[in-house]
Amino acid sequence: MGKKSWIRVLIPIVSVLIALLIASIIIIWVGEGSFMERLQFLVTAYSEMIKGAFGSVSAFMNTIIKMSPLILTGLAVGFGFRAGVFNIGAEGQMAMGALTASIFAVNASALPMVIAIPMTIIVGMLAGAVWAGIAGFLKAKTGAHEVITTIMLNWIAYNITNWAVAGPFNSGGGTPKSPEIAESTKLPNVVSSQATFLSYGIFIAIAAAIIMYVILYRTSMGYEVKAVGFNPFASEYGGINVSKNIIITMAISGALAGLAGTLESIGLYYRFYGTLTSGKGFDGISIALIGQNNPFGIIAASLLIGGLRTGSNQMQFVGVPKHIVTIIQSIIIFLVAAERIVMTIMGWNKKKGGSK
Amino acid sequence: MPFHVPSEDEYNDYAVVMKDIVKRFPKVLANDEVNLFVKKGEIHAIVGENGAGKSTLMNQLYGLYNPDDGDIFIRGRKLDIDNPKDAIKEGIGMVHQHFMLVGPLSVTENIVLGDEPTKQFNVFDLQKAKKEVQKISKDYGLKVDVNARIEDLPVGTQQRVEILKTLYRGADILILDEPTAVLTPQETEELFEVLQNLQKDGKTLLFITHKLNEVIEISNNVTVMRAGKVTGQLPTEETSQRELANMMVGREVLLRVEKEEKEPGEKILEVENLNVNDNRSLPAVRGCSLDLYKGEILGIAGVAGNGQSELIESIAGLRKAEDGKVIYEGNDVTNATPREIRELGISHIAEDRFKHAMIQPFTVAYNVALGRHYRPPFAEGGFLNHKQINKRSKELVKQFDVRPPETQILAGTLSGGNQQKMVVAREIDYDPDCMLVSQPTRGLDIGAIEFIHQTLLEMRGRDVGMILVSMELDEVLSLSDRILVMYEGQFMGEVKPDEITREEMGLMMAGQTLEEVRSESDG
Repeated sequence: MGKKSWIRVLIPIVSVLIALLIASIIIIWVGEGSFMERLQFLVTAYSEMIKGAFGSVSAFMNTIIKMSPLILTGLAVGFGFRAGVFNIGAEGQMAMGALTASIFAVNASALPMVIAIPMTIIVGMLAGAVWAGIAGFLKAKTGAHEVITTIMLNWIAYNITNWAVAGPFNSGGGTPKSPEIAESTKLPNVVSSQATFLSYGIFIAIAAAIIMYVILYRTSMGYEVKAVGFNPFASEYGGINVSKNIIITMAISGALAGLAGTLESIGLYYRFYGTLTSGKGFDGISIALIGQNNPFGIIAASLLIGGLRTGSNQMQFVGVPKHIVTIIQSIIIFLVAAERIVMTIMGWNKKKGGSK
Repeated sequence: MPFHVPSEDEYNDYAVVMKDIVKRFPKVLANDEVNLFVKKGEIHAIVGENGAGKSTLMNQLYGLYNPDDGDIFIRGRKLDIDNPKDAIKEGIGMVHQHFMLVGPLSVTENIVLGDEPTKQFNVFDLQKAKKEVQKISKDYGLKVDVNARIEDLPVGTQQRVEILKTLYRGADILILDEPTAVLTPQETEELFEVLQNLQKDGKTLLFITHKLNEVIEISNNVTVMRAGKVTGQLPTEETSQRELANMMVGREVLLRVEKEEKEPGEKILEVENLNVNDNRSLPAVRGCSLDLYKGEILGIAGVAGNGQSELIESIAGLRKAEDGKVIYEGNDVTNATPREIRELGISHIAEDRFKHAMIQPFTVAYNVALGRHYRPPFAEGGFLNHKQINKRSKELVKQFDVRPPETQILAGTLSGGNQQKMVVAREIDYDPDCMLVSQPTRGLDIGAIEFIHQTLLEMRGRDVGMILVSMELDEVLSLSDRILVMYEGQFMGEVKPDEITREEMGLMMAGQTLEEVRSESDG
């Protein structure tokens, strides 16, 4: 057990290193001039990336802004994984959460901030929970596979939100967007640097990770969630209501995704955009995978992916296409998912002989 | 005539000689200078408890492992068997405990897989394959439908396909690794017939088991192993189950359970005219009624698949009763949830350890908590009390001798016997008034079986009422106070274990009522 747990931590780390190594080869390959010049180019590219992600206060703030929703969608998917449900619908749940929270927030100007913000968050989380709960209910009661239903719910959410911001909830102007939310519902900023503002959203995301950790490892509910994920038959035998657990798990998962959307709305954009989610819900799947479904692993994975993405903009200035980051991210996911490759490279899976 | 240890000149008469075999694994010496002498054309049994090193020894003969030391002689020739290919070339075939068959493929396709007859351009010749398979099937009297899909076949037939597979590859030395572990009594009988036919055809058979009655029934010679060493080599006719058991375990073993006389107490559980469907929604239990009293063991005997599982699962709340009633201490508990049933004081040792009774990726401690993970002392206010869980599981692991005595390792890493002890420990720690016990000793070795039987009798002594389902006739006969024989979802009659013979039980298990059996023996 002890040995196994350090391997679980090391696999993502080694995967990141291998991915960076492969990316280096590609950068050297696309560079120009002599080998030494290309090597120089590589060093520049990576140092610019690091500078772009962590090199200044505003760079670091940007990384954290990118990281916050990733933590939450990562937790959403990771929590589902723990219970044996594959929630592919974080994208749709995030959109529904953001839309519903925004509608509430636009109309909440009468409420004082101490009430308005928590209420908005609860509304957003509930919307996400209900949206995912539909898939949970269908799985528990009819056996409909959640991968199918959540994908379909994603499309429904996509069309509802697009219709909303293009029609009844449109504020006019270029890109489809909602009116601005009430002042009292805007999440306060921790710091601001130049034109960058960092809201308290990151703390809410980290708090969510801690709560998830406590639920998973310290409560009877977490015990049941994991038991159902590992073996639904034995869970039922042990007096656990499997259907109820699947619905609850989906609802919690959806609530986390809804929270991700809500925070984007009230902490960053102050309105709902048709493009607000832009794949962050799907990113949650990668984040959960890299973070090995562990709440703290998910925070670390979000920091990594958030940093890579922020840094990629800077890297582009020196002539390295920012798609290199997509390549790095894909290789990491590939290696973490196919962990045996890493195990083999590192020689961790030496065949252990032994009679049974 | 005592067992003859051959000298090297005599090795020509022996199909297999393994001499001074040593095999080390990290932390264990699996084979410690093991000697095995198998004459040509005999059925040689290798017995020992789980972990005694039987399978390791056979895996070396089949080339899956290489010995660290020692020599292997096949028909007198000293050989290095590096891999199964070498073994097959030498005419050695192995039927593993877990079958290596491809479910969606047909019998023929499975048998020829890896060595397919071909037409021109290397195209698989299915017709020719079928003919060849039919031929060996006929030659050896192993009936199979060559067109059937493997996944549609019962386990016993699948095993027959495995045997045919080795014969197709020209094996004349067959290794069978615990072949009866997965079989019903009927299938076992059929297998033994097959083995005897193969022996008549001149095949040499190595038969690994830990069931001693089978050794006595089928083998010519027997090698006993304990903890990696050979503790006995003897002709079967000159030994007894008792002697073999003692050699296997290394101490005196009680083969018959000592059961105290006991008057049953008041009625605790009542089943009235219960009807339950199986997974395919076909009737599995058809109007069964029973009464269970405190302090008695009510055995349910029968061939697997006659509704016993469905009956127990229905009482336990895991399967819906279509009709009828379950009454516990006067209250109607028909179709209560598993949690409600457990809270009433009914615990359940499920027949399928892997599917129902444990969560393999959970630790032993968490498995001990299963079913009580939401209430004191294991949880309070929704939070788990890890201190209590760990403390209690440590005590239980010690008390029930679960090895290794660790509570933070994953339950899936324990051996089968120790997993079962863990499950029994948990269900007894419920402090139940009533227990549903299904196949409590399936796949276990003698030491563990003895322990579990003692434990169940102890519970009987504490006035717990128990329903015991077992496919092992001996187990039902020795533990039960009363026995119901089940056939196709109905009870064929109630008997007392000391008032019935095994033959009469067998007839009832095959569908005759008690009256029919009795009138037949009278006439």
